[in-house]
Amino acid sequence: MNGWSGTIARINLTTGAITKERTNLKDAALFLGARGLGVKIFSDEVDATVDPLSPENKLIFVPGPFSGTFAPSAGRYHVVTKGPLTGAIAGSNSGGSWGPELRYAGYDALIFEGKAEKPVYVWIKDDRIELRDATHLWGKWVPETTEALRAETDEDAKVACIGPAGEKQVLIAAIMNEMHRAAGRSGVGAVMGSKNLKAVAVVGTKPIKVADPKAFEGAVQAARKKIAANPVAQGLGAYGTEVLVNILNQIGSLPTRNFREGYFPTADKTGGESLKATLLVRPKGCFSCVISCGRVTKIKNPKYAGEGEGPEYEAGWCMGADCAIDNLEAITKANHLCNELGMDSISMGATVACAMDLYEAGLIPKEETGGLDLHFGNADTMVALTRMTGLREGLGDKLALGSFRLASLYGHPEYSMTVKKQEIPAYDPRGVQGIGLEYATCNRGGCHVKGYTIAVEVLGQGPNLDPRVITAKPFWVKLFQDVTAAVDAAGGCIFGTFGMDVGDYAAMLSGLTGVQYTGDSFLQAGERIWNLERLFNLKAGLTKKDDTLPERLLNMAVPEGPAKGMVSRLSEMLPEYYQLRGWDEDGVPTEKRLEELQLAGELVGA
Amino acid sequence: MAKVLMIHPDKCTGCRNCVLACGFRHEGSFRPAAARVHVYSWEREGFSVPMMCQQCDTASCVKVCPTAAMHRVPGTTLVEYTKAKCIGCRMCTIACPFGNAVYDSSTESILKCDTCGGDPACVAYCPSKALEFVDDNISTRTRKKTFASKFKEAFQEA
Repeated sequence: MNGWSGTIARINLTTGAITKERTNLKDAALFLGARGLGVKIFSDEVDATVDPLSPENKLIFVPGPFSGTFAPSAGRYHVVTKGPLTGAIAGSNSGGSWGPELRYAGYDALIFEGKAEKPVYVWIKDDRIELRDATHLWGKWVPETTEALRAETDEDAKVACIGPAGEKQVLIAAIMNEMHRAAGRSGVGAVMGSKNLKAVAVVGTKPIKVADPKAFEGAVQAARKKIAANPVAQGLGAYGTEVLVNILNQIGSLPTRNFREGYFPTADKTGGESLKATLLVRPKGCFSCVISCGRVTKIKNPKYAGEGEGPEYEAGWCMGADCAIDNLEAITKANHLCNELGMDSISMGATVACAMDLYEAGLIPKEETGGLDLHFGNADTMVALTRMTGLREGLGDKLALGSFRLASLYGHPEYSMTVKKQEIPAYDPRGVQGIGLEYATCNRGGCHVKGYTIAVEVLGQGPNLDPRVITAKPFWVKLFQDVTAAVDAAGGCIFGTFGMDVGDYAAMLSGLTGVQYTGDSFLQAGERIWNLERLFNLKAGLTKKDDTLPERLLNMAVPEGPAKGMVSRLSEMLPEYYQLRGWDEDGVPTEKRLEELQLAGELVGA
Repeated sequence: MAKVLMIHPDKCTGCRNCVLACGFRHEGSFRPAAARVHVYSWEREGFSVPMMCQQCDTASCVKVCPTAAMHRVPGTTLVEYTKAKCIGCRMCTIACPFGNAVYDSSTESILKCDTCGGDPACVAYCPSKALEFVDDNISTRTRKKTFASKFKEAFQEA
């Protein structure tokens, strides 16, 4: 078999039963793998109204067909489940070597069901899958867990695990692999913790076979040349994603003080250029990456001493400007803590920003902070709250619920900058209109990477659109969402799209799998995946009302800076977006469009 | 003039494109164990080192090989392995001080770098120039230049 391995492993944690089944190759061809095949399996098997932290929820790890090959910047795996933070479909993907290793072990997916009676981990070496006791690992942080598992399995094992945050079902907990890479968003780590599953360690020695090696290598070489020539990809390699800090600040769209403002005067101290000049040790690449945006960093200052990876732009922003903090050492330390405790750095920093906002408004009483000063700008508080959240100590126990539930506890959910209860990222949708529509409609809640219109609105790619206008934005949001769904499903990193187009992906996928794709059919696979996710969310009880933005962004104009006076014009974009998607005015996919996407019958119950 | 493979661990990002390209060039599929280059990473420190046959002038693997399956090719810098002569005794894997001669059970052969016949795939696919294939008498030029540029900066500042 080429492209796909042909085998899926199912592990029932309640009974301990481990079974193997054939991959449905018709589904694989339609949904590719990773996010696509994962969502197909998940929505076929799981009732959308399931409680995300109950044994009835499932947790699926799925690499893509590219994972493990030298398709450029494409070694990712996806974690699919119902998100406890959002109540929506959750899909978080991660780079590094874990996904490829699972492919070398011979699996297209791992499906976890039920809940183990006590902590367990899974040890996979090729055909052999063992459930082992993990009582001795419970409570260990991510680096210690990783090293302990290597010592008792294989020193080259690739380890995906949760830290204390996942164990304690912190709703913004991540699943970490190789210590520093995160399947970060929507609380997938809390689902793993709810199942008493501490880790999955893998060693694989089998080949991934290629249908047409010559065609595949030709397509890969053409794609690599395009990425190497792309200025954005070059910038990401030189300065990491943190290069975006100054770019967004210059257009007044770097959200500051929990989105009260869009310009942070000292942002440069937190940007990629400053990082390179101070804490950067060297760039790092994920498996098969040709860009290397990863940052190996070391803090020598004894107060924050440590080594690890990051910050990326998102963490640099939410722990920086969003909290009005310009101390890069503190930001880097908090980011390292997120990795070590196993948490989503975006939701973490944005939840601290929300807490600071509530505190300054007098809504969090001083006696509840354990002596911490929560005023904006307090770097030590931000670092302390990050640790307390991961361990659910003191006020951290409330931050562990994410900003929406935190602000709701204090009676003011409008202080939470979330969509579908998930923290929105580092681009102010008042100054960059298209990304606001992406936040509002993203199936996994507030998120930028599933429809990264920043590429055309800010970074000068393609038609180089004006970020402040709404014209044509629904078209671009839909296009980016569909392309990204397909790229995710193939196992690619979206940064590969800085250079590659759908034709490049289709050519690689055809050469690898022997199934012939065109740019159009690749893109359609993405649209199919997007619609299937949407149907799951509708069945889970989400409606058009959830396709919105925080009131602050819709009604409160940016007070200063280049985007002064602007609000998000979401309501003008949303109807056109639904129409382009072939959905009715309530945002429900029509039967006609579903038939065109080979999703007939999936509407039932939505 | 003969060429040699030079490794620059300071430039390695740990992406393993070299491993993938090597295995693919030799087998047409992706099996890291088939690669003649391996990358070892220290995750806590974020440091990676590619390892491959150094084509030693006085090669232990050649000395211990009882059948001359492992032999030097006159006039080149290459240590060559001829599978047809190999009896699978694995003495070379023990003798190599770097661990760069490896026995592969799935192909029942010794895997070591053959420089892809003078066009090494690992070098072509390395995105960070951590591997280069360079004339042997100027093999340290890149490293010297990198260090020289530090002198240059220091003197320009002074």
